[in-house]
Amino acid sequence: MASEALPLTLHKGPLAVVYEWLGTADHKKIGFMYIIYALLFLVIMGIEAILMRIQLAHANSHFLSPQVFNRLFTMHGTTGVFFVAMPILFGFGNYLVPLMIGARDMAFPRLNAFGFWMTAFGGLLLYGSFFAGDGVLHAGIAPDVGWFAYAPLTATAFSPGHSTDYWTLSLLLAGVGSIAGGVNFVATILCMRCPGMTLSKMPLLAWMNLVMGGLILVTISPLTAAQLMLVADRYLGAHFFDTQAGGSVVMWMHFFWIFGHPEVYVLIIPCFAFVSEIIHVFSRKAMFGYPAMVAATVSIGFVSLGVWAHHMFTFGMPSYGNAFFVLTTMVVAVPTGIKIFNWLATMWGGKIRFATPMIFAVGFLFQFLIGGLTGMMLATAPFDWQLGNSYFVVAHFHYIIVGGILFTIFAAFYYWFPKMTGRMLDETLGKWHFWLFVIGFHLTFDFMHIPGLLGMPRRVYTYEAGRGWETWNMISSIGAIFQTVAILIFVYNMIRSYFLGAPAGNDPWDAWTLEWATTSPPPDYNFAVVPSVRSRRPLWDIKHPDDPDWKYE
Amino acid sequence: MWCIVLTSRRVSLVENTTRKTFQPPWWRRVAQVVFVFFCGVTKALASVKSNSISPTNIFAPDSTPANSIYRLSLFELEILGAIFVVVFSLLAYAVVKFRERKEDSSEPAQIYGSNQMELAWTVLPVLIVVVLFLTTAQVIHRVQDASRPEGTIEVTVVAHQFWWEYRYPQFGLVVSNELHVPVSDPNHPTPTFLSLLSGDVDHSFWVPRLAGKTDLIPNHPNTMWIDPHETGVFLGQCAQYCGTQHAKMLLRVYVQSHDDFDRWVHDQQEQAGADPSVAAGRALFVAKACFACHTIRGVMAIGRIGPDLTHLMSRDTLASGAVLNTPENLRHWIRNSGTFKPGSFMPPQDLTDSELNQIAGYLETLH
Amino acid sequence: MSVRGESIAVTDAPWHIPSRGRVGMYCLIVAESAIFTIFVAAYVFYIGKSLSGPTPREILHVPILSTICLLSSSLTIHWAMAALRKGKTVGFSVFWFITFVLGAIFIGATAREWHHLIYQEGFTIQTNLFGSTYYALVGLHASHVIAGLIGLTIVMILALLGKVKREHSERCEVLALYWHFVDAVWVIVFTTVYIVGR
Repeated sequence: MASEALPLTLHKGPLAVVYEWLGTADHKKIGFMYIIYALLFLVIMGIEAILMRIQLAHANSHFLSPQVFNRLFTMHGTTGVFFVAMPILFGFGNYLVPLMIGARDMAFPRLNAFGFWMTAFGGLLLYGSFFAGDGVLHAGIAPDVGWFAYAPLTATAFSPGHSTDYWTLSLLLAGVGSIAGGVNFVATILCMRCPGMTLSKMPLLAWMNLVMGGLILVTISPLTAAQLMLVADRYLGAHFFDTQAGGSVVMWMHFFWIFGHPEVYVLIIPCFAFVSEIIHVFSRKAMFGYPAMVAATVSIGFVSLGVWAHHMFTFGMPSYGNAFFVLTTMVVAVPTGIKIFNWLATMWGGKIRFATPMIFAVGFLFQFLIGGLTGMMLATAPFDWQLGNSYFVVAHFHYIIVGGILFTIFAAFYYWFPKMTGRMLDETLGKWHFWLFVIGFHLTFDFMHIPGLLGMPRRVYTYEAGRGWETWNMISSIGAIFQTVAILIFVYNMIRSYFLGAPAGNDPWDAWTLEWATTSPPPDYNFAVVPSVRSRRPLWDIKHPDDPDWKYE
Repeated sequence: MWCIVLTSRRVSLVENTTRKTFQPPWWRRVAQVVFVFFCGVTKALASVKSNSISPTNIFAPDSTPANSIYRLSLFELEILGAIFVVVFSLLAYAVVKFRERKEDSSEPAQIYGSNQMELAWTVLPVLIVVVLFLTTAQVIHRVQDASRPEGTIEVTVVAHQFWWEYRYPQFGLVVSNELHVPVSDPNHPTPTFLSLLSGDVDHSFWVPRLAGKTDLIPNHPNTMWIDPHETGVFLGQCAQYCGTQHAKMLLRVYVQSHDDFDRWVHDQQEQAGADPSVAAGRALFVAKACFACHTIRGVMAIGRIGPDLTHLMSRDTLASGAVLNTPENLRHWIRNSGTFKPGSFMPPQDLTDSELNQIAGYLETLH
Repeated sequence: MSVRGESIAVTDAPWHIPSRGRVGMYCLIVAESAIFTIFVAAYVFYIGKSLSGPTPREILHVPILSTICLLSSSLTIHWAMAALRKGKTVGFSVFWFITFVLGAIFIGATAREWHHLIYQEGFTIQTNLFGSTYYALVGLHASHVIAGLIGLTIVMILALLGKVKREHSERCEVLALYWHFVDAVWVIVFTTVYIVGR
């Protein structure tokens, strides 16, 4: 057992360990690699963000050239969506889903490894552009077309050299990896459940990963198709997005956002899953309205497929087209509201323990509420004609991606780190991490809304003085300092706790789902005996044999 | 007012199902404080009817489309503010009230759900969405489907990497970078309708105090309209990333009285002056192939790649609003456009000092 | 307190979950369908929008023979699977082989059509919007047929070596599902390109 305590212990030769990790098809090891890979890219995109914040801290700054700034925001956005958020959520999903449904691995372990390596090579390829983006002879130009790369800026006429090729090919690779992951999640959750775990007895995390997997299948594919067309345009001389030959650049926008908007839900739905698990455990109550939560998740999945053109309100759609997408987008607020109210109702009447995972989850609730409301503002097409493509939008989606997604990912780290490593993360450092990050987050992103309201467009490398934007940008930049310190504390906490943290035991949070029934970290085979369950909270049933859940469900 | 009603309804709802009691005064106080704060912020932004905070404040509209959006946004902010107050209060209450107490280690009562409550918090948001949608659809229709009244000015805007071209078909006029339009009396509106085209990539026309933004997309003509109610200069800039110098593709809209506007049109329709004292500079302008990109009417210069220079000196700024139009800036710009705008497509000119002075001297006569 | 996996009660109630092979293939089919949807949408959107010739009517001939071959291959693979499920490995091999031949005829016909278009008509992916969308859509489908043929070949070799038995019917079924999908997509592509598009 001692040798299992830390998955990275070097009791074999270093080469053997490397070989073991490179060749592994174990869902926990792959999950681990996804997470570490994503954390590396998180640091890289953070550095990019800091450089941009320095540049924008005051008017008419010359810290960065426009070319460098444009590359930075392109890389920051692309990295964040495809090589941080997706892999880290895939990592947690990979690690947790089989454990929570009582399986020994994913449905297709080799496909799983394939998916990881495709994603990994995609990220390496993207950053390879820094060394060879303009061809080997003029080395070192990263893509500068923005993360949604609107045609015709990506056409060879406007984007000569190879930097855009790096962008499109790396997303093609990562897309194939993601589709492989999506297939795997759906197949695992439908086909690998342990005896007794009917669909209505699955933990919410499994349900939400199921919806995420399904969404990936229908959303990443359009992106892949659009990238294939772009590759055909750039390499074979096709005319899909070539306005000179009568091609339509609006088509790219449609295809991209048919991917791009549901993608947001691909990212946030697993985060809903983390929050659901954490809130009900730390409130010491059963999840309130489980069927409603499932229904809301599934309906968000479906509705999200019909809202994409709200990114295109300024593109001159006819008025009825705009009105249609206003309606569909606003409708998303209904299931989202159901979720928030169910989480609140779960906390209501509970005995809430404010350990670090729970305070991050509460932070999520607060920020997601605001992000949702600013989302409603942006959904209102006329309001969007003012707010769209301004810093208000930047603030809004960072509220969702940082305030929503990243906060829950932190919560998930504090919650499941003990299971993954057998050691607790330090609570004191965790609270420091939380409060510094909250302060930094609100300094940066609350005040970032205001220049947007005052007419500052996004993606400008500098701005002139006298527009009333300087103060707000300076405050935003100062917030970045707090966030940086908080992230450093988090990284230190992880490294320190990995070696010196208090032993966790199997079930440090007194939780109720199956992953806490095995050792920390779990053995290769997860469960010595495949478990069978009778309710959504199998460990509650064991801990309270006199009052088990299955009597009520 | 409505917000408070909503708050108390929500509270009573939750009260019934959980059979908890609490003190309404404390509760109301928090709700009211938050509400007042929120309303204060909204009102503060909304009350700034001038451009004192920023010349591009979307909450200081001065044209019908921007005004419609402004009124819609205030209405929406009130509703969203109420929702925020309700949900935030519930969250704050739950976090404070239901903390774990040290002395008590038993598990709380397990509640699995309540269909009535699920129904309530489904129906209520649906109603809010319906209200918001209907209001929004009305404004979309009013702004987008507006018809052209008598006296409408037509302007074709062509966006280029990284400057603006304005064509006035009614006056046979092409100008660059600074848009002039007449003021519009709300009682007898003379709006300006902009046909939006792009010569290369996607751009977006955004002057926040006049209207929301609309994109300029190759092969996809768009229209928008403005009817400024006051004279003055209105600022804005390109709002769709269009390449290296997206940041310095600034917009300047000069709103003039009808008399001033007519005079401006008349002046612009004139051909370029032929001052004999700068004949050498004019010859150099042709010899150095400046004409390949620029038009100067009345001279052998008909290029369409760069801005029209026929009345360059009538403009306040150079390089699409990037710098003031001063003799010094003009010389810097001609010699190396990268000084102000690295990435601009105007190539650096290999000129001696005297050649530079001759060309700049010539351009300075183009009033 | 610790709860180990072993201590969770094992019930004897029968437990049925779907086959992961099939679910995986259905997922792949959903994803592929989304890709084809985008290509078909682009094709339909660009019908008649080319700025220069040639038009589809001028150069496209309806490939009736190869369409019949591909569609009937769905039938033969179905019979092959029916035979395998009954353990009739010879019948399986024969029908499987016929399926392969029919698929190969289809690919051969596509290759001939492309050769004709490129070398006789001078019509390539660069010619106009029609060329771009035509080669992309038909080519995307053809690449799926080729992938299917590779799968069919592998199973065929195994069958000739006598290694495909009744117990492998589940795995062959997954490949057959894919083949049916490729055939179904052809119906869409055929309708789009050769009927609506002309």
